[in-house]
Amino acid sequence: MNQHATSTPIVEVENLGKRYGSLAAVDDVSFDICRGETFALLGPNGAGKSTTIEILEGYRDRTSGTVRVLGVDPQKADLAWKARLGIVLQSSAEAAHVTVREQVEQFAAYYDRPRNVDEVIAAVGLTEKAKTRIGKLSGGQRRRVDVALGVIGRPQLLFLDEPTTGFDPEARRQFWQLIRSLKADGTTILLTTHYLDEAAQLADRVAVIAAGRLVEIGPVDTIGGADARTPVVRWRDESGLHEKRTSEPAAFAARLHAATDGEPRDLEILRPTLEDIYLGLVGASRVPSTALIPGETAHV
Amino acid sequence: MSEQTLTRPVSTGLPALSRGRGIRLGLKRIAYEIRVYFRVGDQVFFTFLFPIVMLSIFATAFSTSGNVGTNPDGSGGISQGAYFLPGMIAAGILLSGVQNLATDIAMEKSDGTLKRLGGSPLPVMSYFLGKMGQVFVTSFAQLVLLLLVASVVFGIELPTEPEKWLTLAWLYLLGIVTSAVLGIALSSVPRTGKSATAVVIPIVLVLQFISGVYLMFTMLPEWLQNIASLFPLKWLAQGMRSVFLPESFAALEQNGTWDLGWVAVNLLVWCVVGLVLCRLTFRWIRKDS
Repeated sequence: MNQHATSTPIVEVENLGKRYGSLAAVDDVSFDICRGETFALLGPNGAGKSTTIEILEGYRDRTSGTVRVLGVDPQKADLAWKARLGIVLQSSAEAAHVTVREQVEQFAAYYDRPRNVDEVIAAVGLTEKAKTRIGKLSGGQRRRVDVALGVIGRPQLLFLDEPTTGFDPEARRQFWQLIRSLKADGTTILLTTHYLDEAAQLADRVAVIAAGRLVEIGPVDTIGGADARTPVVRWRDESGLHEKRTSEPAAFAARLHAATDGEPRDLEILRPTLEDIYLGLVGASRVPSTALIPGETAHV
Repeated sequence: MSEQTLTRPVSTGLPALSRGRGIRLGLKRIAYEIRVYFRVGDQVFFTFLFPIVMLSIFATAFSTSGNVGTNPDGSGGISQGAYFLPGMIAAGILLSGVQNLATDIAMEKSDGTLKRLGGSPLPVMSYFLGKMGQVFVTSFAQLVLLLLVASVVFGIELPTEPEKWLTLAWLYLLGIVTSAVLGIALSSVPRTGKSATAVVIPIVLVLQFISGVYLMFTMLPEWLQNIASLFPLKWLAQGMRSVFLPESFAALEQNGTWDLGWVAVNLLVWCVVGLVLCRLTFRWIRKDS
């Protein structure tokens, strides 16, 4: 947890449910987000991430449960409440005919204590495009305009709904840097993503949602539990491929070395990545578990 | 739940917003809206310049067809251009309000602009001030340009009596406000931005044809005149004719007079209907769509 995180809840979600007819898009989801914390909602497409975040933003009404964002029920919120939020929606709005600077400057005026327009444009890496009309920007550049509009009002709480979709790796890294600096300023961040490396890089805690239900919540390095992280030693002998899960893989490999009287064939020590653990969690709620996906494991 | 909210420390972290920001942001939106308006080419052509283009076509194409309202011996009367000028002014007001706002807002609804604004602390009132300001400025510029072209290019005589200009002023104001609120109300009909022009343009076009803009109103069959009389454009065009045509032309109207009182009543009724519809139908987003 970062140094700014305190126990004051900024977001409180209890038994949240959202139904569309007979379909439960969100089912009995509960979590809190503390001041200064960066919290990631992970899950496959259609899992209920966006529905959840849009309920917190006040765009959708919940069917059941209680929600408080900055101490206020989003269904009864006013403009002063909105002024404390920054919202980056999943899809960009057009505004093709105004320049980046005109758009950021326009939104800055809606807030009482906005950030500096040029600083924000620089922070999202669009200084050279400041006088370009948004319609002429690439998809990734437009996304950065969205982020600029999300942070211009100096929000206490920033919602980022799949912010880096369409970014190249370089742009993604720059974006992470931007998020870290917002975090350092004390901004509380709720992020949805399906990039696990993004969650691992940015989030203090993650919640995994699958089929509308919360299947796991906790700091990134603990989700799935300790067992899911137990390394695997894999090797081959005359009878084929073997795997051994052990918390002491080096000692096991040494014993193996002694026993086989030479270098074991195809020896690997595999440590499950966040992705393996995540796929295990998401898979467990839908299809039989495939905790270890060949080829996706980290080599130690 | 409300008592609970009061005791929570974070709920005190919402400072009140500065006073008068609704108006201030409305003015800010007006400048923004006007800038965007003139950057969209098809908007400028089909809304802003269209009545001027149509007047030019009418004045040129029918320049050899002789005057309207001549004496029995063929003398007197006014040119075709002069006869159609009031209709074009009325049509311009309709386009600047109804067509412009209905398509513009429907597009903004479907491309996510309204959703984004709805998530910002911009008051709805400021958004509408911006739209109304844009409509006022663009339609006023259109009116001035139309009168200039009529007078300078086609030598159409403009009225000199101050009371005629006073009539023009209230007709314009009432007409543009009514047209703008009807545009906002109509913007909630198209389900997508792409279908907006397909929904709006036929309505506006048909109204122009049956309301005496492109065709002489008195040439239409009576049943069609009666249908047109339900809608505001017929009355607005009639009011505009009272400003720009000689007094003797009043005899050609449906009731043989300009009926300015009924013009005002019809426009006011549509204005109120439009306001009620706006209030009932406008949302930043369709929740739970």
